[in-house]
Amino acid sequence: MSQPFRIQSGGHIDRSKPISVSFNGKTLNGYRGDTVASMLLASGSHLAGRSFKYHRPRGILSHGSDEPNALLSVDWRPEKGKGRRDPNNRASVVEARNGLKTETQNHWPSLERDVGALNDILSPVFVAGFYYKTFMWPRSAWEKVYEPVIRRAAGLGEAPEVADPDRYANRHAYADILVVGAGPAGLSAALAASEDGSSRVLLADEGFLFGGALLNDATSTIDGKPAKAWVDEMVATLDARENVVLLPRTTVFGYYNHNHVAMVERVADHRDDALEGLARERLWQVRAGKVIIAAGSHERPLVFENNDRPGIMLAESARAFINRYAVKPGNRMVVATSGASAYRTALDAKAAGIAVTIVDIRLGEDCGTELAEAREAGIEVLTGHTVVKALGKARVTGLIVAPLGKTGGVGTRRTLECDTVAMSGGWTPSVHLFSQSRGKLVFDADIDAFLPGQSVQNEVSAGACHGIYDLSAIIADGAKAGGGSREVTASATFTGFQPVRVLPTDEDPKKVKAFVDFQNDVTAKDIKLAVREGFESIEHVKRYTTTGMATDQGKTSNMNALGLVAGLLDRPLPAIGTTTFRPPYTPVTFGALVGPSREERFEPVRKTAIDGWAEAQGAEFEPVGQWRRAHYFPRSGEDMHAAVNRECKAVRTSVGIFDASTLGKIEVVGPDAAEFMNRMYTNAWTKLKVGGCRYGLMLGENGFVMDDGVVARLAEDRFHVTTTTGGAARVFQHMEDYLQTEWPDLDVFITSITEQYAVIALQGPNAKKVLEPFVSDIDMSEDAFPHMSVREGFICGVPTRLFRVSFTGEAGFEVNVPADYAAAVWKALYEEGRKYDITPYGTETMHVLRCEMGFIIVGQETDGTATPDDVGLSGLVSKVKPDFVGKRSLSRPDILRKDRKQLVGVLAKDPKEVLDEGAMVVDDPTAPVPMPIAGHVTSSYHSSNCGRSIAMAMVKGGRDRIGETVWVTTPKGFTEAVIATSVFYQHEKESIDA
Amino acid sequence: MLEVNLAKRAPAVFLAEQAGRGPIDIVLQPTMGRLSFRAKEAALEGRSEVSGLAVDGAINTRRENGDLAAMRLGPDEWMFLCDDGEVDNLAERIAEEMSGKAFSLVDVSHRDVTFEVSGAASDAVIASGSPLDLSLEAFPVGMATRTIFAKSDIVLARLSQTTWQVTCWRSFATYVQGYLADAAKDFAVA
Repeated sequence: MSQPFRIQSGGHIDRSKPISVSFNGKTLNGYRGDTVASMLLASGSHLAGRSFKYHRPRGILSHGSDEPNALLSVDWRPEKGKGRRDPNNRASVVEARNGLKTETQNHWPSLERDVGALNDILSPVFVAGFYYKTFMWPRSAWEKVYEPVIRRAAGLGEAPEVADPDRYANRHAYADILVVGAGPAGLSAALAASEDGSSRVLLADEGFLFGGALLNDATSTIDGKPAKAWVDEMVATLDARENVVLLPRTTVFGYYNHNHVAMVERVADHRDDALEGLARERLWQVRAGKVIIAAGSHERPLVFENNDRPGIMLAESARAFINRYAVKPGNRMVVATSGASAYRTALDAKAAGIAVTIVDIRLGEDCGTELAEAREAGIEVLTGHTVVKALGKARVTGLIVAPLGKTGGVGTRRTLECDTVAMSGGWTPSVHLFSQSRGKLVFDADIDAFLPGQSVQNEVSAGACHGIYDLSAIIADGAKAGGGSREVTASATFTGFQPVRVLPTDEDPKKVKAFVDFQNDVTAKDIKLAVREGFESIEHVKRYTTTGMATDQGKTSNMNALGLVAGLLDRPLPAIGTTTFRPPYTPVTFGALVGPSREERFEPVRKTAIDGWAEAQGAEFEPVGQWRRAHYFPRSGEDMHAAVNRECKAVRTSVGIFDASTLGKIEVVGPDAAEFMNRMYTNAWTKLKVGGCRYGLMLGENGFVMDDGVVARLAEDRFHVTTTTGGAARVFQHMEDYLQTEWPDLDVFITSITEQYAVIALQGPNAKKVLEPFVSDIDMSEDAFPHMSVREGFICGVPTRLFRVSFTGEAGFEVNVPADYAAAVWKALYEEGRKYDITPYGTETMHVLRCEMGFIIVGQETDGTATPDDVGLSGLVSKVKPDFVGKRSLSRPDILRKDRKQLVGVLAKDPKEVLDEGAMVVDDPTAPVPMPIAGHVTSSYHSSNCGRSIAMAMVKGGRDRIGETVWVTTPKGFTEAVIATSVFYQHEKESIDA
Repeated sequence: MLEVNLAKRAPAVFLAEQAGRGPIDIVLQPTMGRLSFRAKEAALEGRSEVSGLAVDGAINTRRENGDLAAMRLGPDEWMFLCDDGEVDNLAERIAEEMSGKAFSLVDVSHRDVTFEVSGAASDAVIASGSPLDLSLEAFPVGMATRTIFAKSDIVLARLSQTTWQVTCWRSFATYVQGYLADAAKDFAVA
């Protein structure tokens, strides 16, 4: 497509770099510096999408990030295959680059012909609150019609079809001063703030060029220089300062507590030369000493019938396209306005060769110097006129206007033929970020706007977002916010407007579609309906009509909606309130928010030193917290059940080898170590001999079981404490908490050694035979090294802390070796073990074996509400110690209740049936629902050693009910079971000499 | 009984493919001796050093002495670093010197893994996962602190303006290295 509407000179585009992009399969031509919107306009077309609800043809309303209509699906690198397309990009801010593939949204079969446009005719059905009203209607319709049909029709754009292949980066940053927005106020603020070189200044702007509104300005001068030349000079000055970081293409989208500000930088999408692997976007998390918000303002549309026709755009946007992009929006323009600033658009359009007429709702006497200036330039100005409606469908073809009588009546109509309308309903300061910072807004009736009032954080607003519209004043305000001052002589700005909510019309207002919120298709009529139905709070009106709830957050619509509601209720506007502004300011990709934390970087996957061996052996793994642990070791053809049966048998008949490295380990050292242990654990430690081990039970302050593990005393003042795998960090923190806050007087220190030592468990009757050949400096005889003791010596020549302990009921050892040696020691033991058919086993077999013995697992049998007595461990609670954590709670009446759930065994009547873990235990399966629950199953397995299924359960008063029959829930109903003791496996001969 | 050392040390982490050299170097440091030393002020009795390791520096500072380095990570906590083969000797010397005092000395040489990250933009690479202020004013050369990097606990030390040491537990090393290497991609050169 050629560029018939391109102006031959001027604009901030690079004519030496012609580019083309694909738009619905057609080619748009333009230059570097263009957006897709400006290229579309250069081609002579405005049609850029279909509206959300009514599928009305829509054009380009704005030149900025407040664009509600022109939402594009953009494939940023179509040459690289799928996955680089994302929906809902605003055409007005998509920086054009050769090769972009863009498509409009929300239509079928095509943008020009869309069957969804039927909704426009059916619109009386889709009134405000339609969605909510469907809740009231027949239930069958909800399931068959509303949910499937509406759900499919709702939502804008199509989700990407494959995982996002792009990289996204994350960056934390600090700044003494963060300046948001690089328009005249922001530039001036950044200059002042960075002047003396002592402050770190970050200047971020969402656009790809700095300058803000000055980029749209072809006539203003500052200190005698053209506006753009002033911008270039200021940017060069800032760029030369070492204490300043300039971030174009960076949207500040979230303002959180403690001046924590989130921004997204578009790093690669605009680059022709992006290296493979360069991040597409970067999320910045800035901690700023002070934030200067110079976010500018948004222009308001005028609300009149068919104000959404393509070709109708905001007046400042029309000016931006003419001056910044050197594109004529059309050949014949009507400027419809209620304020002064649009006159500048009219003058610039006229200068660009566009035929212009101004329609101003204000009376001549209410206008400023702009009126005379326009007339002097030969522009026809109709003051005191309203716009009744726009003509045309896919493109505006005319505007019906009429004079307003003194009493508000609408006079004789006149049709102004045109192909473009530039409208202005005044200005709304962008208070989004200020509001996100939780600052309170105040209403300023003089400029009909909410402005920043009371600050909550260290921030200040400057320029248009501060309600200041005159260029010289804006620059002075920015400098003041930056802690300095700057007096410039700049061209006077046309300011001032007359607030108007809905333009007066003589049409039947019930039949008029005059849009307030373009993106969500909310008309003035919808808002009137909401008010008529009793909604008075703006928060309610907003939710009922969805005005302001689209992805543009109502940037163009909020003040019109508020003013309309206030007018209908005849209340002052501040009494209606304003809605809450929430992050993000503009839509942010999920990729940017996720950043690098995906796939292998989503979460650390912790592996032991023996993991590689297990993987090579074909182990199946399971996650245990962040750890990946070998679950079982299937031989070829084995399923989990077969593998676990084999592993369980092997441990009881010969020897098994198990990687227990993930157990938490804490070294407790100091003269007061035993006293500390006495206070942290329920049992007594003072009398534990050096070289001895003891099972320790730890409670929370609430008296409930928190953790357990074997503890070894290595020296009078040194303990090696083990914890559960999942409890390691929690127990360490718990201990440190008490040490730092309760007992700082104790001379004892804790150090995590979880990862210093890998732990190799050898369990089974042949364990000792496998181990013995490698051990030196330790007497391995039964007398010298009994069960539940620890010795320090060497294994394979490397130092070991050798524990003689068992979690399986078999004779066993746990070999602690410094982690880097673990793989070698494991291999040596495994090779030796082959003589005894050594069997590596995983966590599942470990669980079955301990269940056979009735050993609990904290977190499986316990759920944070189990006391030591509940799980049959009251013998481990010292009756003589003066205190330990949780002691006091153990005498609470509820803890002493007789009918608390107690640990028991549950044996299904059918020995082949394995009960479900978590299944309910009931006494009477015929009882009415809600059925009284007696307890629940906590662990359940098939036990090859017992030759049947076994299960543990927590049952009310269970220990007094051994032998009783109960019923256990199954997916299909109930099954019969008998309460038993929780020790299932009996050795034929004592194999542990405990 | 075997007297010879059959077991060889295996590296705690294998270098990720993309962690090679470029504008940003991410280099796994050789194994070293690491001792966690704990003692309260009273037990130190005004000592400025213990067996050649400084204990009088401010919290969050790192001090070197020949092949030794001491990082003070808390009011009563230091990480002592030495050559791999020296750790037992050093531990003995410290135990002797502190004999009779309340202290804790625990060998964590196998627990920790250190990466050195260097290059002009190394601070930006660290800032990809560290929420600390890494300016020279806030994090001067010679500072060392326990902190977080993305989802891992680390000890971060600055050896020069553009050289950092990142120390984590061994099972987090693959994650930390992968995250660093990913961040370094933004500084690749054609």
